[in-house]
Amino acid sequence: MIAEIGAFALVLALALSIAQVGLSAAGRIRRSAVLAGAGEGAALAAFLGVAVAFAALMLAFVVSDFSVANVAANSHTEKPLLYRVAGTWGSHEGSMLLWCLALTGFGAAIAGLGRSLPQGLRALTVATQGLLGTVFLAYTVFASNPLLRLATPPVEGRSLNPLLQDPALAVHPPFLYSGYVGMSVVFSLAVAALIEGRVDAAWSRWVRPWALAAWSLLTVGIMLGSFWAYYELGWGGWWFWDPVENASFMPWLIATALLHSAVVTEKRGALAGWTVFLALAAFTFSMLGAFLVRSGVLTSVHAFAVDPTRGVLLLIILGVTAGLGFTLFAWRAPSLGQGGLFAPVSRESALVLNNILLAAATMTVLLGTLYPLIREAMTGEAISVGPPYFNLTFTPLMVCLLLLLPAGPLLAWKRGDARGVAQRLWIALVVGAAAGLLTLAIVDPRKAFGVLGVALGGWLVAGALAEIVERTRAFRVSAGETWRRAVGLPRGAWGMTLAHLGLGVFVLGAVFETAWRVEAAETLPAGGALNIGAYHVTLDGVRPVDGPNYEADEATITVTKAGQPICQVKPERRLYTAGGQTTSEVGICYRGPSHIYLVLGERRGGDASPAWLVRAYWNPWATLIFLGPVIMGLGGLISLSDRRLRIGVGRRRPEPAA
Amino acid sequence: MRLRATLTALAGVLCIAAASDPAERLPDPGQEAKARAIFRDVRCLVCQNESIDDSEAELAHDLRQIVREQVKAGKSEAEIKRFLTDRYGEFVLLTPSFSLGNLALWGGPFAVVLLGGTLLLLRLRNRTTETELDPEEAARVQRLVKDETP
Repeated sequence: MIAEIGAFALVLALALSIAQVGLSAAGRIRRSAVLAGAGEGAALAAFLGVAVAFAALMLAFVVSDFSVANVAANSHTEKPLLYRVAGTWGSHEGSMLLWCLALTGFGAAIAGLGRSLPQGLRALTVATQGLLGTVFLAYTVFASNPLLRLATPPVEGRSLNPLLQDPALAVHPPFLYSGYVGMSVVFSLAVAALIEGRVDAAWSRWVRPWALAAWSLLTVGIMLGSFWAYYELGWGGWWFWDPVENASFMPWLIATALLHSAVVTEKRGALAGWTVFLALAAFTFSMLGAFLVRSGVLTSVHAFAVDPTRGVLLLIILGVTAGLGFTLFAWRAPSLGQGGLFAPVSRESALVLNNILLAAATMTVLLGTLYPLIREAMTGEAISVGPPYFNLTFTPLMVCLLLLLPAGPLLAWKRGDARGVAQRLWIALVVGAAAGLLTLAIVDPRKAFGVLGVALGGWLVAGALAEIVERTRAFRVSAGETWRRAVGLPRGAWGMTLAHLGLGVFVLGAVFETAWRVEAAETLPAGGALNIGAYHVTLDGVRPVDGPNYEADEATITVTKAGQPICQVKPERRLYTAGGQTTSEVGICYRGPSHIYLVLGERRGGDASPAWLVRAYWNPWATLIFLGPVIMGLGGLISLSDRRLRIGVGRRRPEPAA
Repeated sequence: MRLRATLTALAGVLCIAAASDPAERLPDPGQEAKARAIFRDVRCLVCQNESIDDSEAELAHDLRQIVREQVKAGKSEAEIKRFLTDRYGEFVLLTPSFSLGNLALWGGPFAVVLLGGTLLLLRLRNRTTETELDPEEAARVQRLVKDETP
């Protein structure tokens, strides 16, 4: 019964979305507040409908109702409650429903929170959002309905892939999807503004909170996925330039560019066309990601449960939606004004450079992901594009961007003072150089890449702080005055500083880990030991343990340094009985920001002398890789709480003192 | 969403940086390091998107053995890679070649930089022609500024 209520609510939500489009559009055309209000009501109701459907599916997972096909295929009675709940979005159908929940949720949010928008723009935005909702709900209802029943329910479910039974991965999709789909609001606002023919500073300010929210969620979502890959896959790596990772990274890069170009449009009225273009592109890349991951075009060898017709349908949705958006753009963009003028050395120029480099970086990721497909389709020759390609193209572009980054916030609008910026940044330059030199002196072995990277990270962190020092006039006026200024700074300024600081922290971690990670592997009997860096790793023993839905070998490993015990970890090698898969549970010993990462491998040797393959990695500063994005996401949230974004009338940001 | 395809590739296979297995290693650490560097650029042909350095697949194991044997025999990296591409095609290398067919791949990002840079320069040049004041105007501005300063 529950599943039927859910299925009914889902169809109802589809009907309400269609009504939302009709009513809101009519409200705009007839300039009727009543009709537009009804459209907003429909948006709220559509969200409620999807929420009921989602709750029904979740309930079916929690009580293990195997008469629902999706539950039978992806759940198991022995699975812990958290993973039964997370199973709701663990499959293609369920994750599509989560996508729809976020899509209608954002639609309801515009209807509920968009009071400051002018009526016409708001009605058109709600209508466009309703159109997106209609398309994706129709796809979910007719092509991938998660609430269908089985005629003969099985006694036991087929279980969720054990690799996914992990707390980080349980919360990863909700963050990621909210981020992806948050871009839909930006898309709708862009379409509405193009139809209205008005893209101005006010529009930019309305776009900003939505873009910020989506960007923050996406940042945290990608980080969670990366963290999961780091400790669950047992490879010791955290980014593999896998097509699926790239699919989530492209919307992030575009959203980052959008956040920066929207500032120019808001403050100076310039780049309006480009900002709208990015607003359309962000959600287009989100949809491209959804298509790439679900269609099977990139999972050529291990294609699993990927239905080509679904892929084709998603491609059609992508083509039509993005096609209409960009056609509208091509038609209306020429009428958008050019906006304010600016000098070569100015905040505008810096932000344009930021956008050029981010666009080029997105291009690398896009080409790296799709070029093999294009080339094979056109010439029949198969090529591979792997990490070395990205190291040669993406990395230099990012290095250019990061080198310029600290200067941007210190430049004045219209006409900046290069010499003044240099005067304010020399300390950051000294900090960066000192960090590099210190690394050169202390860290063994010497690596140019690592030394330069640490210098770059130091430059970024010190540069972000220099901005705050400048604006609070710290060290030049009394502490009380500095405090007063710091409290008086808009939240947006703090948010930006935190985001840039987080990027610096990430760069430090990524560079240090990549340059100086050490790896060792040995076949060890109980009591055997291996050395990794300065640490001595002893396998004390291995014992069998029983989990709720798996059997495991659990190793006890003691780490010592110069005879002193450091820590003891218990990595496992698990066999999930339901699906017959083996996974590894990594043991991580935290030493400050660095990790000693231990993996129990397969059992070797006969019964008389059992031995196990033990792999150990010394991952210095690895925590920073994940801490950086968290700081960035936090910066986004703080910026989101800025007063300017919540009230209709903007307050001018105090200009940085010249 | 990344999880879907990643797990697809991994389903049923326990993947850990397989190449470091002590049972496979070459005795000479220098040669071993050279082999490992090559592994990172060779695709495990039956895997989704893994190098043979990471993969535990049977084929990856065989490819590692081939590469290690050739390294031991003193062949250069280029020779080994040529051997692999002759046998398996360009698909086997994770670094696409700098060939005409890959022009768009390697050039695309830099074309974006060039295009963007050109547009920025044009925009900046427009500005100077528009905002340039003729001497008479400049003098007038000077006078006005002077009048306003107390």
